[in-house]
Amino acid sequence: MRYLKLLAIFWQTSLAARMEYRTAFLLAFLEAALEAAGKLFGVYLFYSNGFDLGGWRWQEALLVLGLASLLDAFFIGVFNPNLRRISEMVQDGTLDFVLLKPVSSQFWMSSQQFAAVGLPFLLVSLGLIGYAGGAAGLDAAGWLRLGLGAAAALLLAYAVAFLFATTSIWFVKIFNVVYFLNSIVWTGQYPVQAYSRPFRLFMTFVLPVYFMTTAPAEVALGRLSAGWLLAVIAVSLGVLALSRAFWRFALRYYASASS
Amino acid sequence: MEAPAVLAEELSKVFLVAAKEPGLMGTLRHFVRRRYRRIKAVNNVSFEITPGEIVGFLGPNGAGKTTTLKMLTGLIYPTSGELEVLGHVPYRRPAAFLKQITLVMGNKQQLIWDLPVLDSLRINAAVYEIEPAEARRRTREFAELLEIEDILTQPVRKLSLGQRMKAELLASLFHLPRLLFLDEPTLGLDVNAQIAVRRFLRDYRERYGATLLLTSHYMADIEALAGRVLVIHRGSLLYDGDLEGLVERFAPYREVRLQLERPLAAAELAGYGEVEEAGGLRARLLVERRRLTAVVAELLARFAVRDLSVTEPPLEEVIARVFSEGRV
Repeated sequence: MRYLKLLAIFWQTSLAARMEYRTAFLLAFLEAALEAAGKLFGVYLFYSNGFDLGGWRWQEALLVLGLASLLDAFFIGVFNPNLRRISEMVQDGTLDFVLLKPVSSQFWMSSQQFAAVGLPFLLVSLGLIGYAGGAAGLDAAGWLRLGLGAAAALLLAYAVAFLFATTSIWFVKIFNVVYFLNSIVWTGQYPVQAYSRPFRLFMTFVLPVYFMTTAPAEVALGRLSAGWLLAVIAVSLGVLALSRAFWRFALRYYASASS
Repeated sequence: MEAPAVLAEELSKVFLVAAKEPGLMGTLRHFVRRRYRRIKAVNNVSFEITPGEIVGFLGPNGAGKTTTLKMLTGLIYPTSGELEVLGHVPYRRPAAFLKQITLVMGNKQQLIWDLPVLDSLRINAAVYEIEPAEARRRTREFAELLEIEDILTQPVRKLSLGQRMKAELLASLFHLPRLLFLDEPTLGLDVNAQIAVRRFLRDYRERYGATLLLTSHYMADIEALAGRVLVIHRGSLLYDGDLEGLVERFAPYREVRLQLERPLAAAELAGYGEVEEAGGLRARLLVERRRLTAVVAELLARFAVRDLSVTEPPLEEVIARVFSEGRV
Protein backbone atom coordinates (compact mmCIF):
# COMPACT_ATOMS: atom_id res chain seq x y z
CA MET A 1 0.00 0.00 0.00
CA ARG A 2 2.81 2.35 0.97
CA TYR A 3 4.57 1.57 -2.30
CA LEU A 4 1.40 2.12 -4.32
CA LYS A 5 1.00 5.51 -2.66
CA LEU A 6 4.62 6.29 -3.43
CA LEU A 7 4.15 5.22 -7.03
CA ALA A 8 1.17 7.56 -7.39
CA ILE A 9 3.18 10.48 -5.95
CA PHE A 10 6.21 9.63 -8.12
CA TRP A 11 4.17 9.61 -11.31
CA GLN A 12 2.24 12.76 -10.45
CA THR A 13 5.51 14.53 -9.70
CA SER A 14 7.20 13.23 -12.82
CA LEU A 15 4.26 14.32 -14.93
CA ALA A 16 4.28 17.74 -13.27
CA ALA A 17 8.02 18.15 -13.95
CA ARG A 18 7.53 17.32 -17.64
CA MET A 19 4.50 19.60 -17.87
CA GLU A 20 6.56 22.53 -16.59
CA TYR A 21 7.77 22.90 -20.18
CA ARG A 22 4.41 23.13 -21.90
CA THR A 23 5.47 23.39 -25.55
CA ALA A 24 7.98 20.56 -25.31
CA PHE A 25 5.42 18.42 -23.51
CA LEU A 26 2.68 19.01 -26.09
CA LEU A 27 5.03 18.50 -29.05
CA ALA A 28 6.41 15.26 -27.61
CA PHE A 29 2.89 14.00 -26.98
CA LEU A 30 1.75 14.96 -30.48
CA GLU A 31 4.78 13.27 -32.02
CA ALA A 32 4.12 10.12 -30.01
CA ALA A 33 0.44 10.11 -31.04
CA LEU A 34 1.38 10.47 -34.72
CA GLU A 35 4.03 7.75 -34.48
CA ALA A 36 1.61 5.38 -32.76
CA ALA A 37 -1.03 6.06 -35.42
CA GLY A 38 1.60 5.49 -38.13
CA LYS A 39 2.45 2.13 -36.60
CA LEU A 40 -1.18 1.18 -36.62
CA PHE A 41 -1.43 2.06 -40.31
CA GLY A 42 1.59 -0.15 -41.07
CA VAL A 43 -0.02 -3.01 -39.20
CA TYR A 44 -3.23 -2.53 -41.16
CA LEU A 45 -1.37 -2.73 -44.48
CA PHE A 46 0.60 -5.77 -43.39
CA TYR A 47 -2.12 -7.82 -41.77
CA SER A 48 -5.30 -6.84 -43.69
CA ASN A 49 -4.64 -9.22 -46.60
CA GLY A 50 -4.45 -12.30 -44.40
CA PHE A 51 -1.42 -14.60 -44.37
CA ASP A 52 0.15 -17.53 -42.64
CA LEU A 53 3.30 -16.77 -40.64
CA GLY A 54 5.16 -19.81 -39.37
CA GLY A 55 1.87 -21.62 -38.89
CA TRP A 56 0.11 -18.64 -37.30
CA ARG A 57 -3.11 -17.15 -38.69
CA TRP A 58 -2.93 -13.39 -39.09
CA GLN A 59 -5.30 -12.76 -36.13
CA GLU A 60 -3.02 -14.85 -33.92
CA ALA A 61 0.13 -13.18 -35.21
CA LEU A 62 -1.53 -9.83 -34.57
CA LEU A 63 -1.90 -10.83 -30.92
CA VAL A 64 1.87 -11.36 -30.75
CA LEU A 65 2.37 -7.94 -32.29
CA GLY A 66 -0.05 -6.45 -29.74
CA LEU A 67 1.98 -7.92 -26.90
CA ALA A 68 5.23 -6.59 -28.39
CA SER A 69 3.57 -3.16 -28.70
CA LEU A 70 2.48 -3.34 -25.07
CA LEU A 71 6.06 -4.01 -23.98
CA ASP A 72 7.27 -1.22 -26.23
CA ALA A 73 4.78 1.20 -24.66
CA PHE A 74 6.10 0.32 -21.21
CA PHE A 75 9.68 0.76 -22.40
CA ILE A 76 8.80 4.23 -23.73
CA GLY A 77 6.67 5.32 -20.78
CA VAL A 78 8.36 3.72 -17.80
CA PHE A 79 11.41 1.48 -18.30
CA ASN A 80 13.58 3.73 -20.47
CA PRO A 81 13.09 7.02 -18.58
CA ASN A 82 13.67 5.31 -15.24
CA LEU A 83 16.54 3.05 -16.08
CA ARG A 84 18.37 5.81 -17.95
CA ARG A 85 18.39 7.70 -14.64
CA ILE A 86 20.50 4.95 -13.05
CA SER A 87 23.32 5.71 -15.45
CA GLU A 88 22.90 9.49 -15.01
CA MET A 89 22.73 9.31 -11.25
CA VAL A 90 25.77 7.07 -11.03
CA GLN A 91 27.59 9.58 -13.22
CA ASP A 92 26.81 12.61 -11.08
CA GLY A 93 26.70 10.79 -7.75
CA THR A 94 23.11 11.75 -6.93
CA LEU A 95 22.22 8.08 -6.52
CA ASP A 96 23.47 8.80 -2.98
CA PHE A 97 20.16 10.42 -2.10
CA VAL A 98 18.17 7.42 -3.26
CA LEU A 99 20.35 4.98 -1.34
CA LEU A 100 19.84 7.03 1.82
CA LYS A 101 16.06 6.77 1.67
CA PRO A 102 14.33 4.07 3.74
CA VAL A 103 12.61 2.55 0.71
CA SER A 104 13.72 -0.07 -1.78
CA SER A 105 16.26 1.66 -4.02
CA GLN A 106 15.35 -0.72 -6.84
CA PHE A 107 11.71 0.34 -6.58
CA TRP A 108 12.74 4.00 -6.54
CA MET A 109 15.03 3.69 -9.55
CA SER A 110 12.44 1.69 -11.48
CA SER A 111 9.38 3.81 -10.88
CA GLN A 112 10.18 7.44 -10.19
CA GLN A 113 9.79 8.59 -13.78
CA PHE A 114 6.72 8.44 -15.92
CA ALA A 115 6.73 9.66 -19.53
CA ALA A 116 3.25 10.46 -20.78
CA VAL A 117 4.47 9.93 -24.36
CA GLY A 118 4.09 6.21 -23.68
CA LEU A 119 0.31 6.61 -23.39
CA PRO A 120 -0.57 6.74 -27.13
CA PHE A 121 1.53 3.61 -27.67
CA LEU A 122 -0.20 1.96 -24.73
CA LEU A 123 -3.62 2.76 -26.19
CA VAL A 124 -2.62 1.42 -29.62
CA SER A 125 -1.22 -1.78 -28.07
CA LEU A 126 -4.36 -2.36 -25.99
CA GLY A 127 -6.47 -1.73 -29.09
CA LEU A 128 -4.42 -4.24 -31.09
CA ILE A 129 -4.61 -6.87 -28.37
CA GLY A 130 -8.35 -6.33 -27.97
CA TYR A 131 -8.99 -6.55 -31.70
CA ALA A 132 -6.67 -9.52 -32.30
CA GLY A 133 -7.99 -11.44 -29.29
CA GLY A 134 -11.54 -10.89 -30.49
CA ALA A 135 -10.71 -11.89 -34.06
CA ALA A 136 -8.88 -15.00 -32.85
CA GLY A 137 -11.97 -15.97 -30.86
CA LEU A 138 -10.57 -15.90 -27.33
CA ASP A 139 -13.00 -17.03 -24.66
CA ALA A 140 -13.08 -15.72 -21.07
CA ALA A 141 -10.45 -18.21 -19.91
CA GLY A 142 -8.31 -17.25 -22.89
CA TRP A 143 -8.52 -13.57 -21.94
CA LEU A 144 -7.59 -14.41 -18.36
CA ARG A 145 -4.58 -16.44 -19.54
CA LEU A 146 -3.65 -13.58 -21.82
CA GLY A 147 -3.85 -11.06 -18.96
CA LEU A 148 -1.66 -13.19 -16.71
CA GLY A 149 0.76 -13.93 -19.53
CA ALA A 150 1.02 -10.25 -20.45
CA ALA A 151 1.66 -9.27 -16.81
CA ALA A 152 4.40 -11.91 -16.56
CA ALA A 153 5.87 -10.70 -19.85
CA LEU A 154 6.01 -7.11 -18.59
CA LEU A 155 7.65 -8.24 -15.37
CA LEU A 156 10.20 -10.28 -17.32
CA ALA A 157 11.01 -7.42 -19.73
CA TYR A 158 11.44 -5.05 -16.79
CA ALA A 159 13.66 -7.48 -14.88
CA VAL A 160 15.95 -8.10 -17.87
CA ALA A 161 16.15 -4.35 -18.59
CA PHE A 162 16.94 -3.65 -14.94
CA LEU A 163 19.66 -6.31 -14.97
CA PHE A 164 21.25 -4.57 -17.93
CA ALA A 165 20.85 -1.09 -16.44
CA THR A 166 22.44 -2.24 -13.17
CA THR A 167 25.76 -2.68 -14.96
CA SER A 168 25.89 1.16 -14.95
CA ILE A 169 27.31 0.85 -11.45
CA TRP A 170 30.54 -0.41 -13.05
CA PHE A 171 30.42 0.82 -16.63
CA VAL A 172 28.56 4.09 -15.95
CA LYS A 173 27.70 5.08 -19.53
CA ILE A 174 26.02 1.85 -20.53
CA PHE A 175 22.46 2.91 -20.92
CA ASN A 176 22.37 2.16 -24.66
CA VAL A 177 22.19 -1.48 -23.70
CA VAL A 178 18.61 -0.90 -22.51
CA TYR A 179 17.72 0.69 -25.86
CA PHE A 180 19.30 -2.38 -27.44
CA LEU A 181 17.04 -4.61 -25.36
CA ASN A 182 14.08 -2.45 -26.39
CA SER A 183 14.99 -3.12 -30.04
CA ILE A 184 15.44 -6.83 -29.43
CA VAL A 185 12.04 -7.01 -27.78
CA TRP A 186 10.65 -5.42 -30.90
CA THR A 187 11.92 -8.42 -32.88
CA GLY A 188 9.38 -10.34 -30.83
CA GLN A 189 6.58 -8.67 -32.78
CA TYR A 190 6.44 -11.81 -34.95
CA PRO A 191 5.98 -15.33 -33.58
CA VAL A 192 9.38 -16.93 -33.00
CA GLN A 193 8.40 -19.77 -35.35
CA ALA A 194 8.82 -17.25 -38.17
CA TYR A 195 12.56 -17.01 -37.46
CA SER A 196 15.38 -19.40 -38.26
CA ARG A 197 16.37 -21.95 -35.61
CA PRO A 198 19.54 -20.22 -34.28
CA PHE A 199 17.70 -16.94 -33.81
CA ARG A 200 14.80 -18.78 -32.22
CA LEU A 201 17.17 -20.34 -29.69
CA PHE A 202 18.72 -16.94 -29.03
CA MET A 203 15.28 -15.41 -28.45
CA THR A 204 14.34 -18.18 -26.06
CA PHE A 205 17.43 -18.88 -24.01
CA VAL A 206 19.73 -15.85 -24.33
CA LEU A 207 17.35 -12.92 -24.36
CA PRO A 208 14.04 -14.47 -23.37
CA VAL A 209 11.93 -12.54 -25.87
CA TYR A 210 10.00 -15.70 -26.60
CA PHE A 211 8.55 -15.59 -23.06
CA MET A 212 7.55 -11.95 -23.54
CA THR A 213 5.42 -12.12 -26.68
CA THR A 214 5.02 -15.48 -28.39
CA ALA A 215 4.61 -17.61 -25.27
CA PRO A 216 1.84 -15.49 -23.64
CA ALA A 217 -0.01 -15.47 -26.98
CA GLU A 218 0.37 -19.26 -27.32
CA VAL A 219 -0.91 -19.73 -23.78
CA ALA A 220 -3.90 -17.47 -24.43
CA LEU A 221 -4.72 -19.24 -27.70
CA GLY A 222 -4.49 -22.63 -26.05
CA ARG A 223 -1.54 -23.65 -28.21
CA LEU A 224 0.35 -24.29 -24.99
CA SER A 225 -1.03 -25.88 -21.84
CA ALA A 226 -1.78 -23.94 -18.63
CA GLY A 227 1.41 -25.44 -17.20
CA TRP A 228 3.29 -23.25 -19.63
CA LEU A 229 1.60 -20.19 -18.18
CA LEU A 230 3.01 -21.16 -14.81
CA ALA A 231 6.39 -21.63 -16.47
CA VAL A 232 6.23 -18.14 -17.98
CA ILE A 233 5.29 -16.68 -14.58
CA ALA A 234 8.04 -18.68 -12.88
CA VAL A 235 10.65 -17.49 -15.39
CA SER A 236 9.52 -13.87 -14.80
CA LEU A 237 9.65 -14.15 -11.03
CA GLY A 238 13.01 -15.93 -11.24
CA VAL A 239 14.56 -13.18 -13.36
CA LEU A 240 13.00 -10.55 -11.09
CA ALA A 241 14.63 -12.18 -8.06
CA LEU A 242 17.90 -12.31 -9.96
CA SER A 243 17.65 -8.60 -10.80
CA ARG A 244 17.13 -7.79 -7.11
CA ALA A 245 20.11 -9.87 -6.03
CA PHE A 246 22.27 -8.39 -8.78
CA TRP A 247 21.31 -4.82 -7.80
CA ARG A 248 22.26 -5.48 -4.17
CA PHE A 249 25.52 -7.04 -5.29
CA ALA A 250 26.29 -4.12 -7.64
CA LEU A 251 25.75 -1.54 -4.89
CA ARG A 252 28.74 -2.99 -3.08
CA TYR A 253 30.79 -1.52 -5.91
CA TYR A 254 29.06 1.86 -6.00
CA ALA A 255 31.78 4.46 -5.63
CA SER A 256 29.56 7.55 -5.24
CA ALA A 257 31.05 9.97 -7.75
CA SER A 258 32.45 13.40 -6.84
CA SER A 259 32.97 14.80 -3.41
CA MET B 1 27.21 4.89 29.74
CA GLU B 2 25.42 6.03 26.60
CA ALA B 3 26.37 4.13 23.46
CA PRO B 4 28.35 6.21 20.97
CA ALA B 5 26.48 7.66 17.99
CA VAL B 6 29.45 6.82 15.80
CA LEU B 7 32.14 4.28 16.42
CA ALA B 8 34.89 3.85 13.83
CA GLU B 9 37.81 1.53 14.37
CA GLU B 10 40.76 1.19 12.01
CA LEU B 11 38.57 2.31 9.16
CA SER B 12 40.17 2.17 5.69
CA LYS B 13 39.00 2.63 2.14
CA VAL B 14 41.04 1.83 -0.94
CA PHE B 15 39.89 2.91 -4.39
CA LEU B 16 41.14 1.55 -7.68
CA VAL B 17 41.66 4.54 -9.95
CA ALA B 18 42.46 4.26 -13.65
CA ALA B 19 45.61 6.12 -14.70
CA LYS B 20 45.78 7.56 -18.21
CA GLU B 21 48.69 9.16 -20.07
CA PRO B 22 47.84 12.26 -22.12
CA GLY B 23 47.68 12.30 -25.94
CA LEU B 24 46.35 9.94 -28.60
CA MET B 25 48.69 7.05 -27.78
CA GLY B 26 47.81 7.38 -24.12
CA THR B 27 44.13 7.31 -25.02
CA LEU B 28 44.54 4.18 -27.18
CA ARG B 29 46.57 2.39 -24.52
CA HIS B 30 44.00 3.41 -21.95
CA PHE B 31 41.23 2.02 -24.15
CA VAL B 32 42.92 -1.32 -24.87
CA ARG B 33 44.62 -2.02 -21.57
CA ARG B 34 43.63 -0.03 -18.56
CA ARG B 35 46.10 0.42 -15.73
CA TYR B 36 44.83 1.01 -12.23
CA ARG B 37 46.40 2.55 -9.18
CA ARG B 38 45.35 1.78 -5.65
CA ILE B 39 44.55 4.96 -3.75
CA LYS B 40 44.21 4.70 -0.03
CA ALA B 41 41.59 7.39 0.56
CA VAL B 42 41.14 6.59 4.25
CA ASN B 43 43.82 4.88 6.29
CA ASN B 44 43.14 3.22 9.65
CA VAL B 45 40.99 5.99 11.05
CA SER B 46 39.51 5.49 14.52
CA PHE B 47 37.23 7.81 16.44
CA GLU B 48 34.05 7.91 18.49
CA ILE B 49 31.28 10.49 18.59
CA THR B 50 28.91 10.68 21.54
CA PRO B 51 25.25 11.59 21.07
CA GLY B 52 24.61 15.32 21.00
CA GLU B 53 28.14 16.27 19.98
CA ILE B 54 28.94 18.64 17.13
CA VAL B 55 32.16 17.55 15.50
CA GLY B 56 34.00 19.44 12.77
CA PHE B 57 35.83 17.37 10.23
CA LEU B 58 38.81 19.27 8.85
CA GLY B 59 41.15 18.45 6.04
CA PRO B 60 42.35 19.76 2.68
CA ASN B 61 40.72 18.62 -0.58
CA GLY B 62 41.24 14.90 -1.11
CA ALA B 63 42.08 14.26 2.55
CA GLY B 64 39.40 11.59 2.90
CA LYS B 65 36.66 13.56 4.67
CA THR B 66 33.87 12.87 2.20
CA THR B 67 34.92 9.23 1.77
CA THR B 68 34.68 8.82 5.54
CA LEU B 69 31.25 10.47 5.59
CA LYS B 70 30.09 8.17 2.81
CA MET B 71 31.22 5.13 4.77
CA LEU B 72 29.48 6.42 7.88
CA THR B 73 26.24 6.87 5.96
CA GLY B 74 26.52 3.45 4.35
CA LEU B 75 26.87 4.71 0.78
CA ILE B 76 30.16 2.95 0.24
CA TYR B 77 31.67 -0.14 1.78
CA PRO B 78 34.81 0.17 3.88
CA THR B 79 37.76 -1.86 2.62
CA SER B 80 38.60 -2.78 6.21
CA GLY B 81 37.84 -1.76 9.76
CA GLU B 82 34.83 -1.74 12.03
CA LEU B 83 32.01 0.74 11.86
CA GLU B 84 28.90 1.19 13.95
CA VAL B 85 26.55 4.14 13.58
CA LEU B 86 23.55 4.43 15.91
CA GLY B 87 24.01 0.76 16.67
CA HIS B 88 23.84 -0.27 13.00
CA VAL B 89 26.35 -1.41 10.43
CA PRO B 90 25.89 1.44 7.94
CA TYR B 91 26.49 -0.36 4.64
CA ARG B 92 23.60 -2.73 5.34
CA ARG B 93 21.41 0.36 5.24
CA PRO B 94 18.44 -0.97 7.21
CA ALA B 95 15.39 1.31 7.13
CA ALA B 96 15.61 1.84 10.91
CA PHE B 97 19.08 3.31 10.40
CA LEU B 98 18.24 5.41 7.34
CA LYS B 99 15.27 7.00 9.12
CA GLN B 100 17.61 8.41 11.77
CA ILE B 101 20.32 9.93 9.60
CA THR B 102 20.71 12.48 6.87
CA LEU B 103 23.48 13.58 4.56
CA VAL B 104 23.58 17.13 3.27
CA MET B 105 26.02 17.81 0.48
CA GLY B 106 26.85 21.34 -0.58
CA ASN B 107 27.67 20.23 -4.10
CA LYS B 108 24.74 17.90 -4.76
CA GLN B 109 21.05 18.36 -4.45
CA GLN B 110 18.10 16.10 -3.93
CA LEU B 111 15.37 18.64 -4.71
CA ILE B 112 13.53 18.21 -8.00
CA TRP B 113 15.00 20.89 -10.23
CA ASP B 114 11.89 21.81 -12.20
CA LEU B 115 9.34 21.73 -9.40
CA PRO B 116 8.69 23.76 -6.25
CA VAL B 117 10.28 22.70 -2.97
CA LEU B 118 6.85 21.59 -1.68
CA ASP B 119 6.71 18.83 -4.32
CA SER B 120 10.00 17.37 -3.11
CA LEU B 121 8.75 17.61 0.47
CA ARG B 122 5.61 15.72 -0.53
CA ILE B 123 7.76 12.83 -1.74
CA ASN B 124 9.85 12.90 1.43
CA ALA B 125 6.72 12.90 3.57
CA ALA B 126 5.51 9.76 1.77
CA VAL B 127 8.94 8.11 1.97
CA TYR B 128 9.29 8.76 5.70
CA GLU B 129 5.59 8.13 6.35
CA ILE B 130 4.96 11.55 7.87
CA GLU B 131 1.27 12.39 8.40
CA PRO B 132 0.06 15.37 6.31
CA ALA B 133 -0.69 17.55 9.36
CA GLU B 134 2.72 16.84 10.87
CA ALA B 135 4.39 17.44 7.49
CA ARG B 136 2.70 20.85 7.30
CA ARG B 137 3.81 21.66 10.83
CA ARG B 138 7.44 20.75 10.11
CA THR B 139 7.40 22.67 6.84
CA ARG B 140 6.15 25.77 8.70
CA GLU B 141 8.63 25.36 11.53
CA PHE B 142 11.72 24.87 9.40
CA ALA B 143 10.72 27.37 6.72
CA GLU B 144 10.32 29.98 9.44
CA LEU B 145 13.68 29.18 11.00
CA LEU B 146 15.34 29.29 7.60
CA GLU B 147 13.33 32.33 6.47
CA ILE B 148 12.19 30.72 3.23
CA GLU B 149 8.40 30.72 3.72
CA ASP B 150 7.90 32.76 0.54
CA ILE B 151 9.82 30.59 -1.87
CA LEU B 152 8.36 27.15 -1.22
CA THR B 153 6.04 27.33 -4.23
CA GLN B 154 8.73 28.47 -6.69
CA PRO B 155 10.49 25.98 -8.95
CA VAL B 156 13.86 25.07 -7.47
CA ARG B 157 15.65 26.20 -10.63
CA LYS B 158 14.43 29.76 -9.96
CA LEU B 159 15.99 29.93 -6.49
CA SER B 160 19.28 31.55 -5.59
CA LEU B 161 22.11 29.34 -4.35
CA GLY B 162 21.49 30.41 -0.76
CA GLN B 163 17.75 29.77 -0.97
CA ARG B 164 18.39 26.41 -2.58
CA MET B 165 20.78 25.32 0.15
CA LYS B 166 18.27 26.34 2.81
CA ALA B 167 15.57 24.38 0.99
CA GLU B 168 17.96 21.39 0.78
CA LEU B 169 18.37 21.58 4.54
CA LEU B 170 14.62 21.68 4.98
CA ALA B 171 14.20 18.58 2.80
CA SER B 172 17.12 16.77 4.44
CA LEU B 173 15.92 17.36 8.00
CA PHE B 174 12.24 16.90 7.28
CA HIS B 175 12.23 13.44 8.92
CA LEU B 176 13.92 14.82 12.06
CA PRO B 177 17.11 12.78 11.86
CA ARG B 178 19.12 12.21 15.04
CA LEU B 179 22.44 12.18 13.25
CA LEU B 180 23.38 14.78 10.65
CA PHE B 181 26.27 14.39 8.25
CA LEU B 182 26.97 17.71 6.59
CA ASP B 183 29.49 17.89 3.78
CA GLU B 184 30.30 21.53 3.03
CA PRO B 185 26.79 22.77 3.80
CA THR B 186 27.75 26.41 3.23
CA LEU B 187 29.72 25.88 0.01
CA GLY B 188 29.52 28.95 -2.23
CA LEU B 189 27.10 30.83 0.03
CA ASP B 190 27.46 34.52 0.86
CA VAL B 191 28.22 35.53 4.43
CA ASN B 192 24.57 36.19 5.38
CA ALA B 193 23.44 32.82 4.08
CA GLN B 194 26.33 31.10 5.84
CA ILE B 195 25.30 32.71 9.13
CA ALA B 196 21.67 31.70 8.59
CA VAL B 197 22.64 28.09 7.89
CA ARG B 198 24.83 27.94 10.98
CA ARG B 199 22.07 29.44 13.13
CA PHE B 200 19.57 26.94 11.78
CA LEU B 201 21.85 23.98 12.47
CA ARG B 202 22.45 25.18 16.01
CA ASP B 203 18.69 25.67 16.58
CA TYR B 204 17.92 22.25 15.14
CA ARG B 205 20.46 20.60 17.37
CA GLU B 206 19.08 22.37 20.45
CA ARG B 207 15.47 21.48 19.64
CA TYR B 208 16.02 17.87 18.67
CA GLY B 209 19.22 16.96 20.51
CA ALA B 210 20.87 15.83 17.29
CA THR B 211 24.46 14.84 16.71
CA LEU B 212 26.33 16.65 13.92
CA LEU B 213 29.43 15.79 11.95
CA LEU B 214 30.28 18.50 9.48
CA THR B 215 33.04 19.25 7.04
CA SER B 216 33.67 22.77 5.84
CA HIS B 217 36.38 24.81 4.26
CA TYR B 218 35.03 27.85 6.06
CA MET B 219 36.71 27.92 9.43
CA ALA B 220 33.95 30.21 10.64
CA ASP B 221 31.52 27.26 10.33
CA ILE B 222 33.73 25.08 12.45
CA GLU B 223 34.43 27.82 14.99
CA ALA B 224 30.74 28.70 15.29
CA LEU B 225 29.42 25.15 15.58
CA ALA B 226 31.95 22.53 16.55
CA GLY B 227 33.15 21.89 20.03
CA ARG B 228 35.50 19.23 18.78
CA VAL B 229 37.47 18.74 15.59
CA LEU B 230 38.88 15.77 13.74
CA VAL B 231 41.76 16.67 11.46
CA ILE B 232 42.39 14.28 8.61
CA HIS B 233 45.22 14.50 6.12
CA ARG B 234 46.07 12.06 3.32
CA GLY B 235 43.59 9.62 4.75
CA SER B 236 45.03 9.55 8.27
CA LEU B 237 43.64 11.13 11.39
CA LEU B 238 46.08 13.74 12.68
CA TYR B 239 44.15 15.25 15.54
CA ASP B 240 41.06 14.57 17.60
CA GLY B 241 40.21 17.13 20.25
CA ASP B 242 38.89 20.62 20.83
CA LEU B 243 39.70 23.55 18.60
CA GLU B 244 41.59 25.46 21.30
CA GLY B 245 43.75 22.41 21.88
CA LEU B 246 44.64 22.30 18.22
CA VAL B 247 45.71 25.95 18.21
CA GLU B 248 47.53 25.45 21.48
CA ARG B 249 49.46 22.48 20.23
CA PHE B 250 50.21 23.67 16.79
CA ALA B 251 50.57 27.40 17.23
CA PRO B 252 51.98 27.94 20.71
CA TYR B 253 52.81 31.56 19.80
CA ARG B 254 51.16 34.94 19.98
CA GLU B 255 52.05 37.87 17.81
CA VAL B 256 53.03 41.02 19.78
CA ARG B 257 52.85 44.34 17.91
CA LEU B 258 54.56 47.40 19.27
CA GLN B 259 54.25 51.12 18.47
CA LEU B 260 57.40 52.77 19.83
CA GLU B 261 58.52 56.27 20.88
CA ARG B 262 61.96 55.70 19.34
CA PRO B 263 63.25 53.14 16.79
CA LEU B 264 64.49 49.83 18.12
CA ALA B 265 66.99 47.47 16.48
CA ALA B 266 66.09 43.83 16.01
CA ALA B 267 68.99 42.80 18.24
CA GLU B 268 67.43 44.64 21.20
CA LEU B 269 64.23 42.58 20.87
CA ALA B 270 65.82 39.25 19.99
CA GLY B 271 65.78 37.97 23.56
CA TYR B 272 61.99 38.27 23.83
CA GLY B 273 60.91 36.18 20.89
CA GLU B 274 61.18 35.65 17.16
CA VAL B 275 61.47 39.11 15.59
CA GLU B 276 59.37 39.50 12.47
CA GLU B 277 59.73 43.24 11.97
CA ALA B 278 61.97 45.85 13.65
CA GLY B 279 64.24 48.84 12.96
CA GLY B 280 61.61 51.58 12.87
CA LEU B 281 58.87 52.86 15.14
CA ARG B 282 56.94 49.62 14.66
CA ALA B 283 58.00 46.14 15.67
CA ARG B 284 56.41 42.67 15.50
CA LEU B 285 57.57 39.56 17.27
CA LEU B 286 56.28 36.05 17.95
CA VAL B 287 56.30 35.20 21.63
CA GLU B 288 55.78 31.81 23.22
CA ARG B 289 52.44 31.69 25.01
CA ARG B 290 53.88 30.53 28.31
CA ARG B 291 56.22 33.55 28.41
CA LEU B 292 53.69 36.05 27.07
CA THR B 293 52.73 37.82 30.29
CA ALA B 294 56.30 38.17 31.50
CA VAL B 295 57.54 39.36 28.08
CA VAL B 296 54.79 41.97 27.74
CA ALA B 297 55.47 43.29 31.23
CA GLU B 298 59.18 43.51 30.52
CA LEU B 299 58.71 45.21 27.15
CA LEU B 300 56.47 47.84 28.73
CA ALA B 301 58.92 48.41 31.57
CA ARG B 302 62.07 48.55 29.48
CA PHE B 303 61.09 50.39 26.31
CA ALA B 304 59.12 53.54 25.61
CA VAL B 305 56.04 51.83 24.18
CA ARG B 306 53.23 54.00 22.81
CA ASP B 307 50.91 51.05 22.06
CA LEU B 308 51.03 47.28 22.38
CA SER B 309 48.69 44.63 21.05
CA VAL B 310 48.63 40.84 21.19
CA THR B 311 46.90 38.80 18.48
CA GLU B 312 46.01 35.13 18.00
CA PRO B 313 47.27 33.58 14.79
CA PRO B 314 44.27 33.16 12.42
CA LEU B 315 42.77 29.66 12.56
CA GLU B 316 43.13 29.28 8.80
CA GLU B 317 46.88 29.81 9.21
CA VAL B 318 47.10 27.22 11.95
CA ILE B 319 45.22 24.67 9.89
CA ALA B 320 47.29 25.44 6.81
CA ARG B 321 50.43 24.80 8.85
CA VAL B 322 49.04 21.50 10.12
CA PHE B 323 48.32 20.40 6.56
CA SER B 324 51.59 21.59 5.08
CA GLU B 325 53.59 19.76 7.73
CA GLY B 326 51.25 16.77 7.78
CA ARG B 327 51.47 16.38 11.55
CA VAL B 328 50.23 17.92 14.76
